[in-house]
Amino acid sequence: MVELRLPRNSTVTKGQHFPAPASAKNVRTFKVYRWTPDDDKNPAMDTYDIDLDHIGPMVLDALIHIKNDVDPTLTFRRSCREGICGSCAMNIDGENTLACLKPIDSMTGDILINPLPHMPIVKDLVSNLDGAYAQLRSIEPWMKSDSAPPPDGERLQSPEERAKLDGMWECILCFCCTTSCPSYWWNGDRYLGPATLLAAYRWIADTRDEDTGERLDSLEDTFKLYACRTIMNCTQTCPKGLNPAKAIGRIKELQVERKL
Amino acid sequence: MNASNTLHHTVRRSQLGRARGLGAAGSGPSHWIAERISAAALLPLSGWFVVQMFRLGGSSYEDVTAWGARPVNATMLLALVATSFYHAESGLQVIVDDYVHGKAHAPTKIAVKIGVYLVGLLGVVSVLKIALGRASSKS
Repeated sequence: MVELRLPRNSTVTKGQHFPAPASAKNVRTFKVYRWTPDDDKNPAMDTYDIDLDHIGPMVLDALIHIKNDVDPTLTFRRSCREGICGSCAMNIDGENTLACLKPIDSMTGDILINPLPHMPIVKDLVSNLDGAYAQLRSIEPWMKSDSAPPPDGERLQSPEERAKLDGMWECILCFCCTTSCPSYWWNGDRYLGPATLLAAYRWIADTRDEDTGERLDSLEDTFKLYACRTIMNCTQTCPKGLNPAKAIGRIKELQVERKL
Repeated sequence: MNASNTLHHTVRRSQLGRARGLGAAGSGPSHWIAERISAAALLPLSGWFVVQMFRLGGSSYEDVTAWGARPVNATMLLALVATSFYHAESGLQVIVDDYVHGKAHAPTKIAVKIGVYLVGLLGVVSVLKIALGRASSKS
């Protein structure tokens, strides 16, 4: 049934406080979720007072500064630091986004940093996305075509056909949208979630792909696709400005179209 | 670290196997479009019903049953009752899907279906009683 509160061992406690050096003038407070599987303690929010004059402008710069100079035990994922790898997806100030694209000065007050919501935690800000990756794989996100490619080169698309993929190929699979979706929180074992459904529609809309009917078949399910309640958190939160809700709507339209 | 937690897994099935689950049930589009069409149909039906209720306000029992016995009114009432309960049932299924999990899910879904349709059937019988009961008493 409905879970109204966190399990006892998931209640977040108050953590350690790391004050800024006395010489710091431009101080901002970051409250960061900490949990490790290495002991039996509950998760805690550690507080870091950071001197913004000595770090870059983004939240990721603050996290890297904390790990390098303040508290090397802090664990988080990051790689490209320019919004293309999707590694540093986390919940910042109540919104799923990429730490590398989130300017510190776009927020007021203390900055709360949590892992992506409602996923198992590996450690600190690292959430376990194995289930979401497997769901992506289950929709077979690669081109399936029975026609042989032209012997003299690649499969061609007109500019109009290629334009249908705009707004979808840009997805970097950070899963900010999927983990922001209440429907995914409720039924994440059966509902595929917005990121995977955006990828599914990317292949349905691809004119070079010849498996459209089978792709629609495999999504025709009360939960896999239709657990979407058009809550729109996915579109609201996407750090790349994409619209997974629209892609989900298009899949539904196509399934209704072929039934009528 | 708690050794028993790390060494024993009750679920060893692969993530892909779990994601594919039982496959696609082939359900969804009909329910989805029917929910929307019934919502759209309820707009004119409810509007008609509200207007009629204001017109009949203060009328006698005989006047109201005579109104309900007219074929057009009886048809509209039946359409309203059927559409309302069909739409209510579709909406409640969605709520059950969202909030009831595990073993309780399937029985709750079936119980809601039966409950809503029984109450809807009561509405249909009531309309028919007005529509046909008057006709038979006249003859």
